[in-house]
Amino acid sequence: MNDKLYKALLFIAAMVMPVVCGGVVYALATDAYAAFEHFGFLKFLTSSEWSYTEGAEQYGALPFITGTLMTTALALLFCIPFSLPVALFVGEYFKGTRIAAILSTVTDLLAGIPSIIYGLWGFYTLRPLIMALNISPQGSGVLTASLVLAIMIVPYAASLSAEFIKMVPNELKEGAYSLGATHAEVIRKVVFPVAGSGIFSSYILAIGRALGETMTVTMLIGNTNNIPESITSTGNSMASIIANQFGEADDLRLSSLIAIGLVLFLITALINMIGKIMIKRARIA
Amino acid sequence: MTCALAAMLASCGGGASKENGREPQELSGAGATFPLPFYNVVFEKFGQVNSDFVAYGGIGSGGGVRNLRDKIVDFAASDAFLSDKEMAEIKNPVIHVPTCMGAVVLAYNLEGVEKLNLSGDVIADIFAGEIKMWNDARLAALNPDVTLPAEAIIPVFRSDGSGTTFVFTDYLTKVSPMWKEKFGAGKSVNFPSGQAAKGNPGVAGIIAQTKNSIGYVGSEYAFAQKIPYARIANQRGELVEPTAASISAAASGEIPTDTRCSITNSDAEGAYPISTFTWIVIYKEQCYSDRSKEQAQATLDLLHYILSDEAQGITSEVHYAPLPAKAKELSKQNLKQVTYEGVAVLQ
Repeated sequence: MNDKLYKALLFIAAMVMPVVCGGVVYALATDAYAAFEHFGFLKFLTSSEWSYTEGAEQYGALPFITGTLMTTALALLFCIPFSLPVALFVGEYFKGTRIAAILSTVTDLLAGIPSIIYGLWGFYTLRPLIMALNISPQGSGVLTASLVLAIMIVPYAASLSAEFIKMVPNELKEGAYSLGATHAEVIRKVVFPVAGSGIFSSYILAIGRALGETMTVTMLIGNTNNIPESITSTGNSMASIIANQFGEADDLRLSSLIAIGLVLFLITALINMIGKIMIKRARIA
Repeated sequence: MTCALAAMLASCGGGASKENGREPQELSGAGATFPLPFYNVVFEKFGQVNSDFVAYGGIGSGGGVRNLRDKIVDFAASDAFLSDKEMAEIKNPVIHVPTCMGAVVLAYNLEGVEKLNLSGDVIADIFAGEIKMWNDARLAALNPDVTLPAEAIIPVFRSDGSGTTFVFTDYLTKVSPMWKEKFGAGKSVNFPSGQAAKGNPGVAGIIAQTKNSIGYVGSEYAFAQKIPYARIANQRGELVEPTAASISAAASGEIPTDTRCSITNSDAEGAYPISTFTWIVIYKEQCYSDRSKEQAQATLDLLHYILSDEAQGITSEVHYAPLPAKAKELSKQNLKQVTYEGVAVLQ
């Protein structure tokens, strides 16, 4: 009897999350419907007009999808040279030492810093630096946002990669050493091939984090509703346009913003799913 | 029916009644950030009279009006009066009460330039991206005593919908046919170049931090951050600085009975051309969403307090301007029409 009750309670508690998730998708989809119906699903995704003119309102998500993809891709690019060395340091070269423990704790601490703090640092420190170096006259832009995003996602990429690097069997590495391989060769020829899909999946999860980041990007991207012409131009990401305009929006604009939210949700879910599948494969291997 | 019940419950409350015969009330309002510094002071002083408490959310004019339409606030504050279309959407009749006057200033960040003169068509061309450099011939002609740098102009504007944007673009629409045709006036406008930030504080922050930038903000925000702002040529060609006197001068013309009017580009002598009223909007029928009669009274007490000489005296201390006598008079008349369950609240 007790066991049955326990099982039932567990089942109900476990079912809450899928129901909540389904509810979120349902709510987003119903509110976004008006925008998709008015503009057409494909046209909404591919139009770059974001125009408020009453009576001739045009809302297209392309500038924001571009902004999100640009900031995310750049952040990923900037994050690799920092996160991969940390992962190798912690997971291979100094595995199990005190200094590795300190380094991994410090890196993990980065994940705990609120995004507004990153935003403020970017605004008051990085932005003036970019202006001083004459990279862009206004300082804000895709590049500035991406640099800060890169630092924000380092801990996500580094800690998980380090775990996968640690999991590489010692026998394999010892075999390579006995054949006369150098440390660098072991990393290239043994560690990377074995832990590869695991490392890949950790970067996928980091991407998931970068896609949805709102506060930092809103503070640094410049908030203009056009497709960024270059990496130093201003733009808007999907998350930042919602944060910027939600308060004042109604009717079609509100529906369009929710539609952008739905698209962002789907992209993020898709990317996380790819990451999960890759992790599974890594474990099996 | 629900209102009658709420009123009954409230009247059963008992307790110490104050000098004007009602219990202290909690009022909630939302809207414009432009007059926020003025409201912060006034609402606190109002609270001292009758222990009432006013909670105000500076969420932007449009958000405030939406909250009023959803009937979740006692009043909305907006820098843009409701258009006829918005009045129709809101269904129940509303009353506009102007609370103070303010200026939208062109704040800039130019090293070594302490005085800058601008005219309407030049401002329009800067924000349209037509004038791109600070040493443009038209800017130089307006500023013969100043050496302007050969640097690109960075226009800064609002990323969120805003009453400040409405006032600014309403002005540009009046002074530039090009602006009227290409961009128009509105709470959100597609500025073609530059960069945007959220809220008046956001724009002021960007200007303070960005060399060679120029943007439009409520005057108090430029003042608080100690950012210099430009003198602007009015319709008579006078170069005017935004001061309490020059803002008041803009309202010396006719004011309609419902006080919904734009006073940008005023032709009065000494008038600062980007001046505006800012309004509080309430429902004419105060019985909605379980509000008690005492809450309705408190709302009117608050508005009367804002129209009083004491509150109007505060305006210039916080860099706004007091209302002209005509606007106060009209508002007091308008407030007499406010009803609770069809009965006038003010007897």
